[in-house]
Amino acid sequence: MNLISNSMRGPWTLFKKELLRFWRVSFQTVAAPVMTALLYLLVFSHVLESRVQVHGVNYTSFLIPGLIMMSVLQNAFANSSSSLIQSKVMGNIIFVLLTPISYLEFFLAFLASSIVRGLVVGLGIYLVAIIFIDLPMVHPWLILAFAVLGSALLGAFGIIAGIWADKFDQMAAFQNFIIMPLSFLSGVFYSIHSLPPFWQAVSQLNPFFYMIDGFRYGFLGVGDISPAISLSVVGASFFGLSLITLRMLKTGYKLRG
Amino acid sequence: MTPAIKIEQIHKHFGTLHALKGIDLTIEQGEFFALLGPNGAGKSTLINLLAGLLRPSSGKLSVMGFDVVQQYRQARHALGVVPQELVFDPFFNVREMLRFQAGYFGRGTENDPWIDEVIEALGLADKATTNMRRLSGGMKRRALIAQALAHKPPVLVLDEPTAGVDVELRQILWEFIKRLNREGHTIILTTHYLEEAETLCSRVAMMKQGEIVVLDSTANLLNHFPGKNLRLKLGSALPQSLSAMLRNEENGEYMLALSEVTQVEYVLAELRSANVVVEDMQLIEADLEDVFVELVGRK
Ligand SMILES: Nc1ncnc2c1ncn2[C@@H]1O[C@H](COP(=O)(O)OP(=O)(O)O)[C@@H](O)[C@H]1O
Ligand SMILES: [Mg+2]
Repeated sequence: MNLISNSMRGPWTLFKKELLRFWRVSFQTVAAPVMTALLYLLVFSHVLESRVQVHGVNYTSFLIPGLIMMSVLQNAFANSSSSLIQSKVMGNIIFVLLTPISYLEFFLAFLASSIVRGLVVGLGIYLVAIIFIDLPMVHPWLILAFAVLGSALLGAFGIIAGIWADKFDQMAAFQNFIIMPLSFLSGVFYSIHSLPPFWQAVSQLNPFFYMIDGFRYGFLGVGDISPAISLSVVGASFFGLSLITLRMLKTGYKLRG
Repeated sequence: MTPAIKIEQIHKHFGTLHALKGIDLTIEQGEFFALLGPNGAGKSTLINLLAGLLRPSSGKLSVMGFDVVQQYRQARHALGVVPQELVFDPFFNVREMLRFQAGYFGRGTENDPWIDEVIEALGLADKATTNMRRLSGGMKRRALIAQALAHKPPVLVLDEPTAGVDVELRQILWEFIKRLNREGHTIILTTHYLEEAETLCSRVAMMKQGEIVVLDSTANLLNHFPGKNLRLKLGSALPQSLSAMLRNEENGEYMLALSEVTQVEYVLAELRSANVVVEDMQLIEADLEDVFVELVGRK
C-alpha cells in the first residue's frame, strides 16, 4: 500500500477514481465499443474480403488494426470528456477542485485513465478478433507506442472538450462534428492511396490518419507512409495539445471563476 | 496565534457586477462564526474565494496563515468546505467518496478509523455502502459534511448547512458541529436562519450587497439592541395610529416593534380609545432577526 508516497497519493487517488468510474459501467464503456467494432468488422469484411486487397494483404487484416485504433481513440476521448462534463453539470467537480491536487497532477490523472480506457477497449477488440482471424504482429513496440500516444492525444483533447463544453449537447456536437469525421476520414476503411490526389492531401492534415497508419504498420509492416513520420506527427500533436490543456488548467479556465 | 481566517480588502467582480466590495475579516482559531445576510449578499462568493473555487479580483485571503493562492496546497489542507448545493457523485457510495476525498489530500488507509468515526457521528453508518444517488436530501447533506471532514481540517466552513433540512436533522447537525468546535475546530457557517447563528455562534458578520455591515459578538448585538416586540391578538383591526410600529401581521396577530418597554402603555391607550379588544398579548425579547432588520434594513 505504501508504494505510493504521500505526495503522490492525491493524483493517484484521482486516477483510481477515474478508472473505477468507467469500470463500474464497463458494459457501456468497454463491452459496447468492442461490440460496435466487431459489427463493422463483420459487415465490411464480409462485403469486401473477396474483392479487395490493400498493401498486398487481404482486406480483413488491413481493416482490423484500423478499427482497433479508431475505437482506442474514440474511447480515450470519451473517457476524459464525459467524466469532466458530467462532473461539471452535476457540480461534483468541486470535490477535486477543493483539494491540494495541482493542475499538472489533475492533467496526468485524467490523461492516464483515458489511456487505460483506450488500451482496454483496444485489447478487447483485438482479443475477440484474433479468435476468428489470423493477424500478423510485425512490430509490437510500435503498436504499443501508437496506442499509448494516440490515446494520450485524444485524452488531452477530451480534457479540453470537457472543460470547454457547458452542456451535454455541446459535447455531442464535439463528438459528431469533430471526432467522428476525423476518425472516419482517416483511412480506417481504405488506403489513402486509393483516393484522388486532392483528398490524399487533405487526409494528410488529419492527425487521425497518422495514428491509424502507424498503428497498422505495427501489425502489418506496411503502410501509407513511414511510421517514423507518423510517430513524429503524433508526438508533436500530443505535445502541442498538452500545452494548450495545461494552459487552460493553469488559468482555471471555466473551472475556477 | 495565527488567525484561522484572514481576509484583507477582498474585491470580486463578475463582469459588471461588483459582488464583494472590499471585505476585511479576521476569524481566530477556535471561533464559532456566523456569516449572515440575505440572498445575493455575497456569502457564498466569499467562501468560494477561501476555498480557491473562485479567484479574487484583488485582495488577499489566508487560511491558518497560508495564502489561498500562493500556498494553495497548505491552505486547502487546512480547510474543509461544505458547499451550499447538494452535489454528489452518482458513481460511488458514501464510504468510497470519503476514502477518495481523504486520498486527494494524501491520506491512505491509516485514515480509515477517522472516516468510520465521522460516518458514525453523522448517523451515516447504515448508509455507508449506499450509492450517493440513492440517499435522501438530508442524508446527502450529512455525506457532504462528512466529505468536508475526511482529511481532518482544522477549519470547517459550512455554506447554509441546514437549508431545507428538517428540524430533527437540524438538531443532530447542530450538536455535531458544536462538538467539533469543542474539540478545537474553527467553524464558520452561513445561514439565513438567524436562530441558528444566535444559538450556535459567538460572533457574527452581517453582509449586504457585498459589504460587511455589522461585525460583533452575538451577545453584544443582542445587549446593545434595546428593542422588544409586542405580539397582539386583537378583536378587530389595528388602529391606524399604531401602523407605524407594525413589523408584521400574520393570522390576525400583529407584531409591533417597541424601542422601549414603556411604549406598551401608549399602545394600550391607543387600543382602548379605538375600542379594540385585546384577546392576547406577549412581550418578546429582540433577537438577531430584529438586529438584522434594524441594522441592515436601515443602511
Ligand atoms: N459565478 C458567478 N457569476 C456571476 N455572478 C455570480 C456568480 N456567483 C455569484 N454571483 C452573483 O454574486 C452575488 C452574490 O452571490 P452569492 O455569493 O451566491 O450570495 P449569497 O451566498 O450571499 O446568497 C449575486 O448577485 C450573484 O448573482
Ligand atoms: Mg449562498
